[in-house]
Amino acid sequence: MTFSTREIQKRSISPIFWLLFGAGGMLSALFGPALILITGILAPTGTGLPENFLSYDAALAFARNPLGKLVLLALIALFFWHGAERVFLTLKDMKAGSSLVLKLGTYGVAALVSVATILLLLAIGF
Amino acid sequence: MSEPVNAESAVLQKTFELRILRYTPGRDEEPAFGSFQVTGAEGMTVLEALQTIKDTLDGTLSYRWSCRMAVCGSCGMMINGTPRLACSTLLRDLPPGPVTVEPLQNFPIERDLVISVDAFVKKIESVYPYLIPKEQKTVAEGPHLQTPAQMAAYESFSDCINCMLCYAACPQFGENPDFIGPGAMAMLQRYNGDSRDGGRQKRLDTIHGEDGVWSCTAVGICSEVCPKQVDPANAVNQNKTNSAFDFFLRFLRTEQPQ
Ligand code: SF4
Ligand code: FES
Repeated sequence: MTFSTREIQKRSISPIFWLLFGAGGMLSALFGPALILITGILAPTGTGLPENFLSYDAALAFARNPLGKLVLLALIALFFWHGAERVFLTLKDMKAGSSLVLKLGTYGVAALVSVATILLLLAIGF
Repeated sequence: MSEPVNAESAVLQKTFELRILRYTPGRDEEPAFGSFQVTGAEGMTVLEALQTIKDTLDGTLSYRWSCRMAVCGSCGMMINGTPRLACSTLLRDLPPGPVTVEPLQNFPIERDLVISVDAFVKKIESVYPYLIPKEQKTVAEGPHLQTPAQMAAYESFSDCINCMLCYAACPQFGENPDFIGPGAMAMLQRYNGDSRDGGRQKRLDTIHGEDGVWSCTAVGICSEVCPKQVDPANAVNQNKTNSAFDFFLRFLRTEQPQ
């Protein structure tokens, strides 16, 4: 008996987007709800947080700290890559446009946001 | 004196209507439904009803079956729009009203409820669906031993009966007939997850393209319709991870694929 073998296909570059998607998904599951609670509800109403917790000075200091920069970049960029993959696949299934257009509108946005975040974090200084 | 009609025999006289999609290539322009009444079908499976129709009403009705006990995987069809095994679907468990029976979705029809399996078989064959021993052993050296935990790692995937219900349910396979699909991925994982096997890289190389594991968008309905709880979606997911690592780690690999 002879088995047929499929021609070995060209490697897809999907793993890159899939890993970014996976990393963003994990981060948003771990930190998303807590972030919404702290920055969206607790801080603006001033409940249960130390004074000046999210004051301009405190936030600026956080964004100037190299570790803080990394945290902010990871959270912002990976959340966007996660959302981009979801939206891309949904639009693709809905046949909302050509693959290139959809990629630019989703992955493109995530890439732009990532680059902008890096630039802003550098501009804020150390 | 007539026999009293008891409730049970009245129930057994219940008639079921089956609307069956019929198609004979070369004769019919396109598939069309035919309707059949089967009496006394209360205790019948859909497969038994089809057999009754073939024996008593229309001998030309075509469908596949063999084991009639959910192990051979040949009687998959769309029953009321859902892919199911005809031999393990009882008519009385279906909602009242006519029962619609169609060939498995997403496959070319060969005749009536018979679909073409050629492309699917090629996909199964392409993932090296056999053990490629890690190390060759002579009989004198004894068997390839395995712990219960090592066996548990792949055992559920070995339950696949190649019924193709998962393919009929998968919207991505419907979009792209070249997609390797859930069943073949379960088969791949059955061997890649086996501690005695050494063919992992060979198999990963067959699925790293767009028509490989990356056509999947994690819909998950394959695992819902699987009659053997194989969880093919899990096999696909595991191999997205494996293929993604392979994407980056291939540069560190000492042994390059030929
Ligand atoms: S994975 Fe399940 S549904 Fe798919 S072919 Fe195998 S047994 Fe059938
Ligand atoms: S006849 Fe074998 S699975 Fe139904």
